[in-house]
Amino acid sequence: MQGVNILFEQETLMRLMQGLLVSLEISVISIIISVFGGLVLGVLMSLKNKPLYWLLKICLEIVRIMPTIVWLFIFYFGLTRATGMHISAFMASLLVFSVWGVFEMMDIVRGAVVSIPKHQFESAQSLGLNKFKIYTYVIVPLAFRRLVPGAVNLLSRMIKTTSIVVLIGVVEVVKVGQQIIERHVFTNNMAPFWVYGFIFFLYFIICYPISKFSKKLEERWG
Amino acid sequence: MDFDFIAKFYPMYIKAGILTLELAFLGIFFSITIGILCMAIRYFHIKPLKPLVTGYIELSRNTPLLIQLFFLYYGLPKLGINLSSFSCAVIGLAFLGGSYMAESFRLGYESVRISQIEAGLSIGLNKTQILYHIVSPQAFRVALPSISANVIFLLKETSIVSIVALADLVYVAKDIIGLYYKTDEALFMLVMSYLAIILPISFALSIWEKRMANARS
Repeated sequence: MQGVNILFEQETLMRLMQGLLVSLEISVISIIISVFGGLVLGVLMSLKNKPLYWLLKICLEIVRIMPTIVWLFIFYFGLTRATGMHISAFMASLLVFSVWGVFEMMDIVRGAVVSIPKHQFESAQSLGLNKFKIYTYVIVPLAFRRLVPGAVNLLSRMIKTTSIVVLIGVVEVVKVGQQIIERHVFTNNMAPFWVYGFIFFLYFIICYPISKFSKKLEERWG
Repeated sequence: MDFDFIAKFYPMYIKAGILTLELAFLGIFFSITIGILCMAIRYFHIKPLKPLVTGYIELSRNTPLLIQLFFLYYGLPKLGINLSSFSCAVIGLAFLGGSYMAESFRLGYESVRISQIEAGLSIGLNKTQILYHIVSPQAFRVALPSISANVIFLLKETSIVSIVALADLVYVAKDIIGLYYKTDEALFMLVMSYLAIILPISFALSIWEKRMANARS
């Protein structure tokens, strides 16, 4: 347990928590955008409009095929080069995670809406509701239960993936960890072991309850 | 776009792409091995190992690969365990992928009806024979789409191994951007390299899936 005292220094903990907040900020903001964007696009995708369906499907596949880090590179280095405007690494991460989340969420919503039995549409129609009302009052609330487990799962995937934004230089929990290790390089030889171990468990503490929750929902609502 | 530049530097990408493929191949191979082991432990109800498997799966699924790699590469040497960059990356990928594969195999295994196992028992097969002749062929078909999704997932996850000082595609691209300011060319080649790796594999997997699905019906 040599060198573990590094974790009990107030300064270390404070800074790691601040770093964690940055990671969570990126995840939370992009998750909120994903939920709303995904709902709208998911419903659009489930309408029986072939060109629209294929357009969205192609977008989804394009987003999916590349590793997230490649997207971060494209947005952070490429966008600046192409448009001449400089965006910060933080903004680039937000953009990438929002776009990724919106399309993944769209697929989850589409799956849920498609699984709603046809007679629900027909009964709503026979009540004289228009299409917009059918979706907002009948289909989306019905689909909600089926999409929540998948959406919660996406949430924990997004939180885990935000760890890679350190590669384009966002100062988040991993970067802060590195700074702390560098500061203690001559005084605490065991610092990397404890600091990285601690960050490992930080992610676990956040993601474990979320994935447990998603499993519970799946059993109850799935 | 400077095509002379691309012509000059594409061998670097090919080298890096081969490294990515090597890593991915080993990572996927060990992931599947770990997945099968985990499933077998659950199937045979090997008591002391079962909570271990559950713990491992939760731990590996709920932490990012990046942190796992950092811990392996910078943390473990402090305990006297020195691993090369390459073995760190393979162990990291196997550690992460193993749990995903285990979940896929479980999904397939649970889809086999209990009456199938009972039928096997009634004709006098033992548990191992049932697993080999009855459960596995059926479970594998159900698990295949999920397994191939994991294969693609692991291929993409290899993109972060540059943090343990491996010269993979991302590393090369970042290097070129830093050294020559050839951002467009570097990113273009990066995208092309990943397309060249992922598209054929995903295409082949989907054909295999379709064949298996047809064979069932």
